[in-house]
Amino acid sequence: MDTNVAHAERWLSVIAGSALTAYGLKRRSAPGFLIGALGAALVWRGATGFCPVYGAAGFSTAEDDDGRPVSVPYGRGIQVEKTVTINASPESLYQFWRNFENLPRFMENLESVEVIDAKRSRWVADGPAGMDADWEAEIINEIPNELIGWRSVEGSRISNAGSVHFTPASGGRGTEVKVVLRYDPPGGKLGAVISRMFGEDPDWQVHEDLRRLKMLIETGEIATIQDQPSGRN
Amino acid sequence: MRAVCWWGKGDVRVLDVPDPEILNPHDAIVRVTLTAICGSDLHLFDGVVPTMLRGDILGHEFMGEIVEVGSEVKRLKVGDRVIVPFPIACGRCWFCQNKLWSLCDNTNPNAWMVEAITGYAGSGIYGYSHMYGGYAGGQAEYARVVFADTNAVKIPAGIPDEKVLFLTDILPTGYMAAENCDIRPGDTVAVWGCGPVGLFAIASARLLGAERILAIDRIPERLALAQEQWGAEPLNYEDVDDPFDDIKQRTGGRGPDKCIDAVGMEGHGHTADAIYDRVKQALRVQFDRAHSLRQALHACRKGGTVSIPGVYAGLIDKVPFGTAFAKGLTLKMGQTHVHNYTGPLLARIEKGEIDPSVIITHRVGLDDAPEMYEIFRDKEEDCIKVVMKP
Repeated sequence: MDTNVAHAERWLSVIAGSALTAYGLKRRSAPGFLIGALGAALVWRGATGFCPVYGAAGFSTAEDDDGRPVSVPYGRGIQVEKTVTINASPESLYQFWRNFENLPRFMENLESVEVIDAKRSRWVADGPAGMDADWEAEIINEIPNELIGWRSVEGSRISNAGSVHFTPASGGRGTEVKVVLRYDPPGGKLGAVISRMFGEDPDWQVHEDLRRLKMLIETGEIATIQDQPSGRN
Repeated sequence: MRAVCWWGKGDVRVLDVPDPEILNPHDAIVRVTLTAICGSDLHLFDGVVPTMLRGDILGHEFMGEIVEVGSEVKRLKVGDRVIVPFPIACGRCWFCQNKLWSLCDNTNPNAWMVEAITGYAGSGIYGYSHMYGGYAGGQAEYARVVFADTNAVKIPAGIPDEKVLFLTDILPTGYMAAENCDIRPGDTVAVWGCGPVGLFAIASARLLGAERILAIDRIPERLALAQEQWGAEPLNYEDVDDPFDDIKQRTGGRGPDKCIDAVGMEGHGHTADAIYDRVKQALRVQFDRAHSLRQALHACRKGGTVSIPGVYAGLIDKVPFGTAFAKGLTLKMGQTHVHNYTGPLLARIEKGEIDPSVIITHRVGLDDAPEMYEIFRDKEEDCIKVVMKP
């Protein structure tokens, strides 16, 4: 059985599980027995380092120990894939996206991107309570007007990778823009920053970011009601 | 400025709020010269549309004078007199380019709320809940118009406000409902609901060549107006035991060729299904009451068309879909693509073919709004249409 629970989390699991077991058994009732059983399961999880819930979700907090220099190792992290159709040509969309400095205009939680050279750029994400996080990314794959692939460089504090694909839509409906993002949620403060960038619901966040991209490209502005009057102000 | 604000179920208040400002480069600000309470505002007043917040400014039927334009507004200028269609269209997405303006992709900042229910979201709407974008409405002294070049239609001088205000919603809505019926010579059109939309559907069916029009309602004044203005045959469903049988007999046993449900989700009725709907809506297990829709589907002749301008928002039980299938009915519905009709209908108004102001029964100021919402809801004082001059 592979471990999928991090070292510190295993200890926490054992401690919390023992306490729950003791509390549950002391109650000498049916609900108490259930609490005791839950506690015992936590102890087992901590002792073995394998969590069936994480396993079922394809998720792991265990340290990656094969040491290969990939930004998000296969089978790890969270992957989001979303597609939107935009009434514009693949060429214009490719050019817009290829200038990564445009990305913060529609990615809500991205503070800024600074292009360093043809391949490399520095990304800064909004963090909670003014805590920003930054990393360097490099373009690893590129076919003009079709796709761009990038990943955070080796040694980045936040590991992530992404690609965007531009495909002409049928019947002159514009371009299908598909985005695939993968990131490895680290623990601690950095985890909070990266989680915030992708939102509490990463699927939703990417979907909404693509909607903003569509609005920006098609109309030149992003719909808003912020700061409009109401009887509340 | 003064604005009519939603404060809860059965509670609207006129409050002092900040003036609207330009928020995006295609915005404009209008000084509202005339605005109206729409029948669909009563759905908000009755608390059956989710995602309203206390303090939201109401109103999606308004017109006025442009007082400020954003940096990207090209066609309009300060001083222009405009009417503002209720659906907000960007003019640039695939749907707008295919004249499906009320299904615009780009004007609802809260599109995800609608997508959660319907899969895909249509346009934003002024003053009509946060799931339709949460835009401040036009029952106020000033209003912000989004994508003004697309969503504000210039009106020439010389025509009074009262004759053109209803180009914002109810006249095109009634007209599209009739147009969706694809009326042929000799057709009989039955219209459920003789509120403003139903009355304009009747007027439009007349313009489009219907031979007979049945007007179905329970309010004598409305039925009388339909008869006097547009020659409709009144049917007061409270005076008959079985409205279906009455409609069938009046149409020689064939049924109306085309049926229009201009009632929507808060329909009244006195048959068993209507009572069942009221109970379910009261218990919040169903948004919509659909008595008129069921009756229209049942009454329509084989191979006929049922056109639905009445607003439905959620789930409906016991819709006789098998009936619609068995009779090979065509169903047409949806929010009105107002932008398609403002030009042609303005021309008809200028030529005197239709005078929309004949339905106005109450002319008041903004401060009378709370009382007017109640009068309109309760159909007191023979109220058909309320217009407010800020």
